Amino acid sequence: MDIESPGRLVDFVLRARTLGILVVLALLVLVTALIQSRFVDGADIKFIFQQTSLYALLAVGEAMVILTRNVDLSVGSVCGFSAYISAHMFATHPGIAIPLVFLVGLGVGLVCGILTGTIVAAGRVPSLVVTLAMLYIIRGVDTIVVGPGVVLASTEPAAFLRIPEASVLGLPDIALAVAALVAVAAYYLNSFRSGRDLYAIGSDPQAARLAGIPIANRVFTAFVISGACAGVAGVVWACEYATIESTAATGIELQVIAAVVVGGVAIFGGSGSVVGAALGALLLQTINSALNVTGVLPSTWTEAISGFLLLAAITLDRGIQLRLSTALRRRRVRLGA
Amino acid sequence: MAPDSLSSTTVGPVGAVRQIVRWESALVVALVVVFVIGSASSSAFLSNYNLFTLCTNVGDLAIMALPMTLIILVGEIDLSVASALAIGSETLGYLWLHHWPMGLIFITVIAVGVVMGTINGLLVTRVGLPSLAVTIGTLEFYRGIANVILGANTVSNFPAPYNTLGVSAVPGLPFLSYSVAAFIVLAVIFGIVVHLTPFGRSLYAIGLSKEAALHAGIRVQRVKLGLFILSSVMCAIVGMLYTFELSSADEGIGIGFELLVITIVLLGGVSIFGGRGTILGVALAAFVYAGLQSTLLLSSAFNANDFQVVSGGLLILSVLIPNIRSFNQRGRELLRRQQARGRAAALRRSS
Repeated sequence: MDIESPGRLVDFVLRARTLGILVVLALLVLVTALIQSRFVDGADIKFIFQQTSLYALLAVGEAMVILTRNVDLSVGSVCGFSAYISAHMFATHPGIAIPLVFLVGLGVGLVCGILTGTIVAAGRVPSLVVTLAMLYIIRGVDTIVVGPGVVLASTEPAAFLRIPEASVLGLPDIALAVAALVAVAAYYLNSFRSGRDLYAIGSDPQAARLAGIPIANRVFTAFVISGACAGVAGVVWACEYATIESTAATGIELQVIAAVVVGGVAIFGGSGSVVGAALGALLLQTINSALNVTGVLPSTWTEAISGFLLLAAITLDRGIQLRLSTALRRRRVRLGA
Repeated sequence: MAPDSLSSTTVGPVGAVRQIVRWESALVVALVVVFVIGSASSSAFLSNYNLFTLCTNVGDLAIMALPMTLIILVGEIDLSVASALAIGSETLGYLWLHHWPMGLIFITVIAVGVVMGTINGLLVTRVGLPSLAVTIGTLEFYRGIANVILGANTVSNFPAPYNTLGVSAVPGLPFLSYSVAAFIVLAVIFGIVVHLTPFGRSLYAIGLSKEAALHAGIRVQRVKLGLFILSSVMCAIVGMLYTFELSSADEGIGIGFELLVITIVLLGGVSIFGGRGTILGVALAAFVYAGLQSTLLLSSAFNANDFQVVSGGLLILSVLIPNIRSFNQRGRELLRRQQARGRAAALRRSS
């Protein structure tokens, strides 16, 4: 591969980063299958795909936000809130069409995203603080709305609860839909001006401002997309778990961020891809399942491991980034540029 | 009060000082208002029992807010505080279950705190990672470790002098909890160190300009590493205190405390971008927060969940309000630009 020009070098390293996840993934599956052959039997793989589609959906939105050098800590709360509101529709409006319920979830997510996006973009306040606050505000509102109530599987139509079961050629429908969404998002980020703007804002906000990029608009859009993804993810959560309490999806934002960062999106923005983020989600879920199946470590270790992987990933990325920038500098010197 | 205003005149431009002073006077007013409304709306508000409850609700958070203030002053953040608290608590529970003497447990918890803070600090200072990313990672990592230490067990058989810490007041002052008494002592120490020593001034220097601080001979990285260690150690110790107050250690302890701690610090007028804020402001904010919580919870319309929403709102407000002036400026600028554009268009039309 010709990696003479700096652009290609960066490209190569990023591709190698994605390739690295795939290699780790393949090794993990191989080793786990050798220890416990039922891992590749189907039930586990299906479960992994189910979980991954949920987290990948959230990761797509989160990746867009992180690309702009922001962070959205409120996705777990939005997801839980949307799960309750949408699943509760079946109780209040018996016979409601299922697509309509998905729209309700999307609506909840959009409202939350618009609220967060407005405060961050118009108020020019750090997204970390705003979304940390939104995490608790939305969860608080959720708890107030739900009260002591709970949505039970008995109030939801069977067709809704069968959605995770539906599959084409052995692949779950939801996973296919999320894969399509990832493809669309990747195409958007690569080929649309407004998509490229997200990278520009993340790699150098000052330069982006000078280049005339409407930063506030783009950041706002990223938060709205993240909210929308979390809203739809809430409905997916509802049909997968059926029983929804006010604590649904608590704390998953950290796993989503871990997936995005493990997948190669720089935590400081400006580089990475949604495909990587989705692969990161797949890797984390596979690790969780592998731990469960092999019994090497009890499942209580899940959280510690995803935290450790997050730390490892940002440290690794920092190392790559340092090497890369020295390599680029040396090359420029050699070329006399 | 004098030391604060005195030392703040030595840092930052005059405008910034005025803003700080105004912020703290606003907090004093808010404190008075909250207590007046509280005592007017419920006769129970000023009872010793209620004031004691108010103290126990805020004491631990306020102690954690002190090292957080220093970390935010130097332009970093520590989101792992609640997880460090959890590890402190679970370590205590685990070692007590294994019949360690309390003194040795205390030393071990401090050592564990040093390890946690060193991991945070080294990743930030040596590897050069943003503290936001590092502490999101350790928030998850430390919480995960804390869950593993005790598993689903609950330890609650602590002996008498410890398990009464949460229910008994300081002798002679029936409204004062031990946690708030400790906070007041610590706040005075922190206030003196931050506002009256060269070390304290170096924190502001780092927060305002890292490069300038470096050129002025301040060991920026070492200071930051020290602050992260201080934060984790204090949080681990608070984890022990909190466990004694609840008289039980179980998983899930202190989840979400980072929000409340950061709310108190930012409400205290500390700038999230670093370099601005006082310990007095943070101390005042802690009591405003506690008073507000007590007032709202005493009125039957509010419960703990509603207050979660209020805390989140307070946090957003405390970062939005300092921006209001720049809002005005930006609005005026936008208006001016629009008018100029209008004039230019009119000129083009007429020519």
